[in-house]
Amino acid sequence: MSADAKITPSTLNLKDLPWQIAWSREKCTLCGQCTAVCPVNAIEPGVFRKRSVDVDINAPYQSGSGFKVYHGIRQRTAPAYHCVGCGMCAMVCPNDAIMPYRSDEADKLRFHLDQGGQPERRGGRRNAPGGVLDQIKFTRISMLTDPALDAGRHEFDMRTLLGRILPPEQNMQQVLENGWIPPVREIYPLIIGGMSFGALSPPMWEGLQMGVAYLNEEMGMPVRISTGEGGCPPRLLRSRFLRYVILQIASGYFGWDEIIHAIPEMKVDPCAIEIKYGQGAKPGDGGLLMWHKVNQLIAAIRGVPMGVNLPSPPTHQTKYSIEEAVAKMIQSMYMAWGFRVPVYPKISGTSTALAVLNNLSRNPYAAGLAIDGEDGGTGAAYNVSMDHMGHPVASCLRDCYLNLVSLGQQNEIPLFVGGGIGKNGNLAANAAALMMLGASGVQVGKYVMQAAAGCLGSETRRCNICNIGLCPKGITSQDPRLYRRLDPEDVARRLVDMYVSFDTELRKIVAPLGRSTSLPIGMSDALAISDKAAADRLQIKYVV
Amino acid sequence: MCRLVAITSETPVSPMTALNALDVMREGHDGSGIGLFLRDLGGPLEEMKNEPILSGIFTEEGIRRLDSYMIDMGFLTKYKISIRLPKVPPPGVPRRDMYLVRAYEYPEEWEDLPQAEKEARLVTVRLALQEMGREKGDMIVFSFWPDTIMIKEIGDPLTVGKYLELGRENLNARIIMAQGRQNTNYAIDLYACHPFFIQGFSTMTNGENTAFVPIREYLSSRGEPGYTGFYSDSEVFVHILHYTLKHLGMGVEAYKHVITPLQDGDLEAHPNGEFLKHMKRTCRKLIIDGPNCVIGVLPDNTMFMAQDRKKLRPGVVGGKPGTYVFSSEICGLDYILPDRDKHSDFQPMHLDTAVVRPDRREVDICQQMQRLPRLH
Ligand code: SF4
Ligand code: SF4
Repeated sequence: MSADAKITPSTLNLKDLPWQIAWSREKCTLCGQCTAVCPVNAIEPGVFRKRSVDVDINAPYQSGSGFKVYHGIRQRTAPAYHCVGCGMCAMVCPNDAIMPYRSDEADKLRFHLDQGGQPERRGGRRNAPGGVLDQIKFTRISMLTDPALDAGRHEFDMRTLLGRILPPEQNMQQVLENGWIPPVREIYPLIIGGMSFGALSPPMWEGLQMGVAYLNEEMGMPVRISTGEGGCPPRLLRSRFLRYVILQIASGYFGWDEIIHAIPEMKVDPCAIEIKYGQGAKPGDGGLLMWHKVNQLIAAIRGVPMGVNLPSPPTHQTKYSIEEAVAKMIQSMYMAWGFRVPVYPKISGTSTALAVLNNLSRNPYAAGLAIDGEDGGTGAAYNVSMDHMGHPVASCLRDCYLNLVSLGQQNEIPLFVGGGIGKNGNLAANAAALMMLGASGVQVGKYVMQAAAGCLGSETRRCNICNIGLCPKGITSQDPRLYRRLDPEDVARRLVDMYVSFDTELRKIVAPLGRSTSLPIGMSDALAISDKAAADRLQIKYVV
Repeated sequence: MCRLVAITSETPVSPMTALNALDVMREGHDGSGIGLFLRDLGGPLEEMKNEPILSGIFTEEGIRRLDSYMIDMGFLTKYKISIRLPKVPPPGVPRRDMYLVRAYEYPEEWEDLPQAEKEARLVTVRLALQEMGREKGDMIVFSFWPDTIMIKEIGDPLTVGKYLELGRENLNARIIMAQGRQNTNYAIDLYACHPFFIQGFSTMTNGENTAFVPIREYLSSRGEPGYTGFYSDSEVFVHILHYTLKHLGMGVEAYKHVITPLQDGDLEAHPNGEFLKHMKRTCRKLIIDGPNCVIGVLPDNTMFMAQDRKKLRPGVVGGKPGTYVFSSEICGLDYILPDRDKHSDFQPMHLDTAVVRPDRREVDICQQMQRLPRLH
């Protein structure tokens, strides 16, 4: 800084920032690619003045001391332009001349992100890398009397059910009398959770849909994807691929005008309808699509004007209470599709989940319950909601499952959970642990973005700028200059890789436990943890 | 791995025949225990087909408590088989005061009860006695049901058989199931020994049921008082059998569709595909997993054998009209029926249930891909 610059409370130096850029004058060719690619303009071309001593022995009375200027890269320190550590500069540099490094001390930036009284908003999820899911072990290895199952060669039936199941006596009676039986879908237990068209870029959405279609039609894996709250492209609504899609309706009802009008023209029914009441990443908040991302296409699909912030209200405004909301919305959604499509609510993990579940258990139409834990991801939310609000998913699920067991309804209302599954890369292990705690299936979003599209976000404050439409990978941007970086074919291919390897890993987990004929839902005797308190809370074994 | 043998015969057979067959298969069990189920009894009990028979092990004090309980309920002893014991049991067999097999006359006020109510009450009495026994450790009750005797004890099957003089004629029966135990627990609880029993249904199994915990949780919430105990992961097999026949009104052919349902492709090709798809979904919590061979008996004396979905356990059925034997190994079958036509021995595979009906004319193979008998 210059000598006469004014220092304000929010004047930061490089040391105060979470990420610092190391740049090598030796290697830099001044191509300018890093400054061009930086999504937040954290680096800029800089002019540096440097003293040099250059003594000429033939000119003894001449001063050898002088000044030279050179050009290079300068990191900006204003809070609005802080480096987010995405590493795109390092990716594009032809000479490996630049690299972001994490500060060795907690940053001071965090105290200054609320300029103008606007608290920090971002994408991603809770900034907390660990979690109880990774600590759960599978200890009940079937050694006693068995020839072990062969994960590679034996037959495995790893599907789950989405839909209300009647108790056996009643169900079989209805079959014989041709009575109404709630619709049920047999699906793969790893579901792509709701990420809206709008939050995601067009190639990301297209890639996911292509990958899902391939998994279903070529690999025989009945994978399903939720639309999130943002409607569904009109051509998809009228295509046979709709059967792989779970249509989400949330409090903003974005896109539902289009969906309702498309019903008479639908060739197939959607897989299910998910009514979103809450999201684990930001309980109490509705969806939020910031104006940067509301372009013509998004505006058309959602039925809104362009370039405005699109906050969904935190509650379904037309309803008085969640009991009423759940009952009425489930009814009307069932009616819209002639009682052929399962309808279930999704809530954020909460200590009051049991009350919601109790209501559902008495509602014969409720097709399931999805619970999104505190580690769920989002495209945009206040940092405080992400970091501090919400309930861990494991104990919330366990309470709900054991409650169903005590009611004898554990096979009737499937529980689906999401939020932080595979946060540290252990997707199959986390998913299997949750199933054994009682989940019928799991929903993943962030993991899909990371594995299938190369998302850079992390729980240690890397990137996470999905909210401002500047995603450097083109995943969560609506700017064609950014999203053309993402090829939908590549996304589809990576999604297939991800699912196929998940399937192998799942078998590698269940085979040694002696399970293959059915998904081991509620097989809690297989689980253990070396944390006594967690073991007691989850009612699983304690091991050391 | 345990060893199983079951006999269904027109003429009553001695339980020692089954124990000797287990002895032939002794490489497959460790002589740590024996369980016996006798039904369609010969001897004097043949005259009392309708009177409930109590089987169990009692201390002197236990007998006194039993008598006062039963008298209070209004049950009168009609017949008993006394087993006189030598002073010292053989090595490995615990000393007991009394092995009880006693037929009762129903209390007067039960006479006019509907059959279902009577059956429910018999279970209640058995559970109450088991509970009393657990409190004081003075009685172990295996069954309380007409035309049914159960004996279980720790020790080598043949040794126990000789010690209890099971060769006596008044224990001969037309249906016998016996299991030679391979111990997997350090302290053996007799309630964890096969065969298991509920309301005329009995099963025994070898193998391990890896889906035990979710199945147990589901059964315990069915509102059926008899679905309790769960001392062994195999006990649920008999409860599922009872549930399939009693609660769902299905036949024995449906049992395998409940415990090891067909996969989707097969269901689509199945003549009852739609029906079975519903059954698979609604009974999903009753799907067993792991390697298992199940042998069971229904209240009407039908005997069957079913294998797990991958057929990971041995099991063979053979015999001739009038007598059929279900056995873990062919050598067990050879011991009991050396002169049968061995070419018609049948080893049920992953889709099969081998059934011998009460007339004992043939082995009926119910294959899971076949049409189910007319549903009603
Ligand atoms: S790491 Fe990302 S945000 Fe930081 S300077 Fe490089 S490109 Fe910009
Ligand atoms: S790479 Fe894109 S999607 Fe991933 S955290 Fe950054 S902005 Fe968000």
